[in-house]
Amino acid sequence: MIDQLSVFMENEPGRLTELCRAIGDAGVNMHALTIADTTDFGIVRIICDAPEKAALALKSVGYSARSTKVMAVAVPNEPGGLAALMDVLKGAGVNVEYAYCFATPDQRAVFVMKTTGGSGVAEALAAAGFEALQPKDVYSPDEL
Amino acid sequence: MYQPEIETMDRERLERLQLERLKPLLKRVYERIPFYHASFDEAGFDPEGLETLDDLRKAPFTVKQDLRDNYPFGMFAVPRDEVVRIHASSGTTGTATVVGYTQADLDAWSDCFARAVGRAHGTKDSTMQVAYGYGLFTGGLGAHMGGERFGATVVPMSTGNTKRQVNLMRDFDVDILACTPSYAMHIADTALEMGIDPATDLKVSGMICGAEPMSDELRRELEQKMGAQLIDIYGLSEVMGPGVACECELQDGLHLAEDHFIAEIVDPDTFEPVPDGQWGELVITTLSKECSPLIRYRTRDITRILPGECACGCTHRRIDRIRGRTDDMLIIRGVNVFPRQVEEVITAFPEVSAWYQLVVSTRGDLDAVDLNVEVVPEFDFDTVREVESLQRRIRAALKGNLQIAVNVRVVEPKTIERAESKQKRVIDLRKRG
Ligand SMILES: [Zn+2]
Repeated sequence: MIDQLSVFMENEPGRLTELCRAIGDAGVNMHALTIADTTDFGIVRIICDAPEKAALALKSVGYSARSTKVMAVAVPNEPGGLAALMDVLKGAGVNVEYAYCFATPDQRAVFVMKTTGGSGVAEALAAAGFEALQPKDVYSPDEL
Repeated sequence: MYQPEIETMDRERLERLQLERLKPLLKRVYERIPFYHASFDEAGFDPEGLETLDDLRKAPFTVKQDLRDNYPFGMFAVPRDEVVRIHASSGTTGTATVVGYTQADLDAWSDCFARAVGRAHGTKDSTMQVAYGYGLFTGGLGAHMGGERFGATVVPMSTGNTKRQVNLMRDFDVDILACTPSYAMHIADTALEMGIDPATDLKVSGMICGAEPMSDELRRELEQKMGAQLIDIYGLSEVMGPGVACECELQDGLHLAEDHFIAEIVDPDTFEPVPDGQWGELVITTLSKECSPLIRYRTRDITRILPGECACGCTHRRIDRIRGRTDDMLIIRGVNVFPRQVEEVITAFPEVSAWYQLVVSTRGDLDAVDLNVEVVPEFDFDTVREVESLQRRIRAALKGNLQIAVNVRVVEPKTIERAESKQKRVIDLRKRG
């Protein structure tokens, strides 16, 4: 599991710009950003360095922000790669709440997802040859 | 109890007493106050035709503007040589309203407040610090007279000089504090800053607080900090001052001083009486005031009669704590809604702050209500579903409390204007026909 920074945001012009500036001001480097939006509000999901520190920095300037555990899996960059992963998850009885994909600097495709239910997921993934990524594989984790 | 023979008088006798006082009162105001002469005539109300207490409902109302129109002494029913005291409202929103008192009026007022001292567990050995403002405002002198009438030792501090208040409370073994709830909180906080724990280092066991709206949270916090029970007292300067109604130690509604006042609750739109238990505007008729009597005075305060008897033994009916002012009331799809109700609902949700904005508009032919409420920075969300579930739960709670559908929208922390006045928290965009 890795940590994702989640930020609650209103759908107002300019809000995303302000948010990105606040993250930059906190000295945090982002690797991926995706937005789930409704007519009224959005949830911005970010993979970044030191997600815990970033959440605290955002809270201190008035954002509703937190870090959330999500699953990150390296996906082979070939046709049907993602479909094979979904088959494994389905077999383990896992529901995917949301998911998104991004590429690392070394050209690996990372599939990030929030899951509920299921059991023995890690084992099933390993058996099918998928690599569940650790924080250090994806970003510079918080210093302890 | 300070006056058990009156406070526990059986209802039948009490109502007979009210009728005995009401009949000559109506005649007196009709003869002596030109305003009432004209308003009774205009309404076709015969001041001598009253047979039962219910007949009072045929009398016209008195409103604050009537008092302003008769500034300064037009509403006095006694010659000036009988007037011993004058109080007046601040007049921030117009001409001040002036109320005069004869010696008998002050005596009745003292008795009313003295009942509160009894309910705050006062004894003749008690020392009561009065930290209400003294002056034209009725709080200070009302409490002062009530404390002396009861036989307690009164420390007339008025407001301000808070450190000295704390020192004297400690040095004089003050056991009853009478002031506004916000000032009581300030005194408690000041004591803590001085290294004095009011709950253990001071002897205060009762507080008599009124003149301001007070949430249940504030009340409990204050009781805990001070280590004392808080008795809510109600009054308004046009009618008398603090003591018109007052809680007993059971804190389940405020007993009206029914030997001196008749209270009615009317619908704020139609002005028709509502049944006991239903919220509406409090209307007061003074029974024993000599100088400034009032007939069916619309207080603009929203409360309700609590049905049933109180276990404390007092037979005087109880009103609920004041829920708001008719000025704050919104009529949405024919339903009366108070900002206070919205506050009650949202404070039950830890995911959101107490800051909100209620926007009322017209969509099609219908009133639409949108509530914007801030999530707290600690709000624990991750998915859209969780946020929507929160909105749905708040919406359901509002529907249960207000009886109307409200479109709930949660917004980011600290994005709603920090408005002190309730008016700014409610934006009514409806076009008035
Ligand atoms: Zn009682």
